[in-house]
Amino acid sequence: MPRGSSEAVTLKIPRPLYERLRQMIEGTGFRSVTEFATYVLRDLASRPGGQGARPRARRERGEAPLTPAELAAVRERLRRLGYL
Amino acid sequence: MIAPHGGRLVERTAPGEQRERLAKEAPRLPQVPLSQRELADLEMIGCGAMSPLEGFLGEADYRSVVDSMRLANGLPWSIPVVLSAKDEAQGRLGAGDRVALVDDQARTLAVMDITERYQVDHDYEAQMVLRTADEAHPGVQYLRSISNTYLGGPVHLIRRVEHRDFLRYRLEPKETRVLFAARGWSRVAAFQTRNPIHRAHEYLQKCALELADGLLIHPLVGETKADDIPAQVRMRCYEELIAAYYPRDRVVLSVFPAAMRYAGPREAIFHALIRKNYGCTHFIVGRDHAGVGRYYGSYDAHAIFGEFSPEEIGITPLFFDHAFYCARCGNMATAKTCPHGEEDHVVFSGTRVREMLAAGELPPPEFTRPEVARILVEAARR
Repeated sequence: MPRGSSEAVTLKIPRPLYERLRQMIEGTGFRSVTEFATYVLRDLASRPGGQGARPRARRERGEAPLTPAELAAVRERLRRLGYL
Repeated sequence: MIAPHGGRLVERTAPGEQRERLAKEAPRLPQVPLSQRELADLEMIGCGAMSPLEGFLGEADYRSVVDSMRLANGLPWSIPVVLSAKDEAQGRLGAGDRVALVDDQARTLAVMDITERYQVDHDYEAQMVLRTADEAHPGVQYLRSISNTYLGGPVHLIRRVEHRDFLRYRLEPKETRVLFAARGWSRVAAFQTRNPIHRAHEYLQKCALELADGLLIHPLVGETKADDIPAQVRMRCYEELIAAYYPRDRVVLSVFPAAMRYAGPREAIFHALIRKNYGCTHFIVGRDHAGVGRYYGSYDAHAIFGEFSPEEIGITPLFFDHAFYCARCGNMATAKTCPHGEEDHVVFSGTRVREMLAAGELPPPEFTRPEVARILVEAARR
């Protein structure tokens, strides 16, 4: 049966990764790992050709060598400060 | 996006587990309290603004920077970024020792692995870097106030430097780089200032913006000498000016945490290299950049760029002559673009402007925008 687009599903990730993400979001404004993961994945999915999954390519162009998660956190901070 | 100086953006904040380990170890380590300048340097090393530096300079790098404006590996670097020992006990620390770098509240901000301790000659450093050993120069005064024993080595930040001001304007290089990319800017001009903004500065910025996709206005908010206009006042001027006279989508206002060295030409190179790390491709160099008193020629800060190849500096300097309003031209100009005499130019000395402001008198709008002048007059009354 089709489900509504706003309905949430459960994704399973390793606990150590969860703990690491929980530490990463401290002080960033994200209220939970779920909120953070949703943000990162949505950001990744919205890019043409999945560019966000290729940090090495960005490094080769001299761009900031940020992981997708770090990039998402930076963008979120820039948005909160009104720069984006 | 322009590559950082040295090819990669340094990140010296210790990651999760290492940070926790260092934080536990820190209370047992000898403490080195940081001066305001060292604190600002630490913050900038930590976030990569001073890439490729990973800590305070060791002796080979220090001597190379002082003598030839290059790190020991040949990379241009014009200002010594150093940590001085604070007492006799610290003067006995050496290679292999680990210390906690603390702020004025004794909060540990970083752990440093000392790789060497070395003695320096402050007169020589002053002559080479500041071009003077005159005690009246604020940079010389600073050197006189610190020990001539320096400690070098990499740092590991375990805590952010705490700030109470300009919180919404504090962006690290990785953040400005993401911001510029998100706005689609490939050419970004940076403007460094420690002074309030007058029409002349606005003119330089807008000339630069005609060539670039975006403008980073990056006022220095670290330690300055006591008679400089306070950063809070300067920032209010910028906010007013940008709101009234700048295209918001092409300008970023953010603060630059560095302390002033007043090293004139050498500091111009330093400021340019650091702005490259923030992702800027062009750097505005006006008259007497980072100067003080009469220690430097008006255009020494332009000439010094000629001592390097453009490729090794990386960021493109935009040199500007002294700008003014010309009544006959009816616009802002410089000696390069205006054929008229001084009698037609609206120019005031810094001393005259300070006198006017102290008397509650607004400088003419051809010299200072009324919005800015009102803020400066109000500040001068306090």
